[in-house]
Amino acid sequence: MSGAMIKMGIYGMVRVSFDLIGEVRWEWGIVVLIVGTASSLLGVLYALMQHDLKRLLAYHSIENIGIILMGLGMSMIFLGSGHRMLGTLGLVAALYHTINHALFKGLLFLGAGAVLYRTHERDLDHMGGLIHRMPVTAFLFLVGSVAISALPPFNGFVSEWLTFQTALQAPALENGLLRAMIPIAAALLALTGALAAACFVKAFGIAFLGKPRSRRAARAREVPVGMLGGMGLLAALCLLLGVFPTTVIEAMAPITQLLVHESLPSAAAQGWLWLTPISPEVASYSAPFVVAAIIVVHGLGYLFLRRRAIPALRAYPWDCGFGHLTSRMQYTSTAFSQPIRRVFGGVWKVEERIDTLAGGGPIPRVTSLHYDLHTQDWSWLKIYLPIGRLVLAAANRIGFIQTGNIHTYLKFSFATLLAFLWIVS
Amino acid sequence: MDSQLTAWALAAAQALLFIASAPLLAGWLRRVKCHMQNRAAPALWQPYRDLAKLLKKRMLLADNASWLFRAVPYIVFSAMLLAAAVVPLVAVNLPSAAIADLIVLVGFFALARFFTALAALDIGTAFGGMGASREMMVAALAEPAMLMAVFTLSMTANTTNLSVATAYILQSGLVLRPSFLFALLALAMVAVAETSRIPVDNPATHLELTMLHEAMILEYGGRHLALIEWATQIKLMIYAVLIVDLFFPWGIATDFSAMVLAVGVVAVAAKLMLIAVLLVVWETVLAKMRLFRVPQFLGFSFMLSLLAMLTHVVLETGG
Repeated sequence: MSGAMIKMGIYGMVRVSFDLIGEVRWEWGIVVLIVGTASSLLGVLYALMQHDLKRLLAYHSIENIGIILMGLGMSMIFLGSGHRMLGTLGLVAALYHTINHALFKGLLFLGAGAVLYRTHERDLDHMGGLIHRMPVTAFLFLVGSVAISALPPFNGFVSEWLTFQTALQAPALENGLLRAMIPIAAALLALTGALAAACFVKAFGIAFLGKPRSRRAARAREVPVGMLGGMGLLAALCLLLGVFPTTVIEAMAPITQLLVHESLPSAAAQGWLWLTPISPEVASYSAPFVVAAIIVVHGLGYLFLRRRAIPALRAYPWDCGFGHLTSRMQYTSTAFSQPIRRVFGGVWKVEERIDTLAGGGPIPRVTSLHYDLHTQDWSWLKIYLPIGRLVLAAANRIGFIQTGNIHTYLKFSFATLLAFLWIVS
Repeated sequence: MDSQLTAWALAAAQALLFIASAPLLAGWLRRVKCHMQNRAAPALWQPYRDLAKLLKKRMLLADNASWLFRAVPYIVFSAMLLAAAVVPLVAVNLPSAAIADLIVLVGFFALARFFTALAALDIGTAFGGMGASREMMVAALAEPAMLMAVFTLSMTANTTNLSVATAYILQSGLVLRPSFLFALLALAMVAVAETSRIPVDNPATHLELTMLHEAMILEYGGRHLALIEWATQIKLMIYAVLIVDLFFPWGIATDFSAMVLAVGVVAVAAKLMLIAVLLVVWETVLAKMRLFRVPQFLGFSFMLSLLAMLTHVVLETGG
């Protein structure tokens, strides 16, 4: 659902602004760019505060739609100012990210579903250690996490890189304000990317690594092959789209041809190995090399280090001499995001409560401690709730004309008809 | 075809030289620091001895370490190796620079950091979680500042390819650009934070609560630790070379004759030694900051790079 349905909005925007209206103006691009930047940054900040895995993923959809909108916005700005080539680049970046988001978000939701299926848990703080019990699911979820965090060599990185490349062409614009604004938006995109990485370190690390935090997590089993196959397919696509971006961009050429009557011939001009969106001097990226290097280092490590070494010894981790580590001593998801919560304080409505119960006796000692934390979304409290209340209040006021009597309704229709006739004539 | 082959061979040699000399820079840094603080200094090649010892040692793994924990050192090392292959150390115009540009370089660092943080969470100790959480916070603030500074440079040179940018700066000669000054300051501050030096982090601390990077790799030993330590040394060197390349590229080889290459090696060695001395002075004069002062530090760095961008747009693109 997250893969396809929320893309309908993007589809609508592209269709209406590029296809139906045709003449794109750069002023719209500014609006789209600002909305996209705000959406991506706020989306990832809210996602960081979630400890429900599915809600966390849902907030990331807000972030990723924001990134797509940034690409679209820049595309509109460039097209509106007459730089058709750069506009096409922005459009390609946006469309590429749309496909990517469908792939990795689908993968991550399937992974969250697999975890839910075996542990009946959606709360990150009740999971942990699943990498031992569900190794394949863990691996596939890791692929999705790396892809969504925009790390090379996966697909999320390619589309964000294209977005950055579009942003860096801002000096081509005549308007000085735009020239300064677009790079700032790109820096915020960098912030978004780094925060998304933090968020997925948290999501993967708390859910799959460490020690199990609940009995259900400790007893989880791997999901059936059918579920793994679905995830495996999406994970393979995530890697392929990351490693062979030139092929994807060539496949996209008919779409951009249809929308803006341009395509990007320079992207694959240096062969499938090199992605060069503008020209080889300006920027290039070769994902196959990256994958090859990682494989070579692993191979060398295996040949020279692992094979000759004495097998590793397993032991308890160092516990500072205080007795064994338990799963309750681990960082929780709330604890993990605490530094970021403190740095970006005003973004959430944070309610923090610490209840301590002091025991009796001559020296008061804390016997029980209760920590309560609620973070709420300002956009829900300040935008959606007031609008909802307004609509309800308005409905109450208007309700009096709804008498339930057919004669009254006929009278209304007659009066409306008369009024229309009077206006027309 | 033949010249291309030599170019690739040179590129490979440069990458090997890069990773081989990274411990030397670390040794030099340690030595200068000891002299500065009136301590007896270890030998210059002590880091090599440490690495060799770690590589030979039998490994001790925590009993609940997963496959991810064992794979991470290799991933981190290959990310740093790739990054080292891209940065021009001795010569520009090498073909390996086309593998990745400046943005991909930042991506490599992010990849290494992502997996180090995951490995820290794998064992389930509190220190690992703490290190991972703090490192990700610092990184989230450092990354936009770094990219902003990098954007300023690449908008001036109209490229994000490091080698081409270096060649451009080399060509344009000694021009004082105010935007470069701000970008240099911002990049230096980011480099300090990203390579876990004082005042953001203390690489030599023994108190777990004050560690960031070290807290994450606390559970590693043997060849894994060797790889991670080596990768950290490479990262420090990459940042130093990056600053040298982008702001003081003079002396770097532009063609591949032996004489020019030798000059390039000497020039870059001298510049790196100087940068290390500056870093030591900085680390000796300053004390480590509280963790929640770090956002202000990095915020200042971001402001500087923003200023660099604005001065570039306002002052330098008119003509």
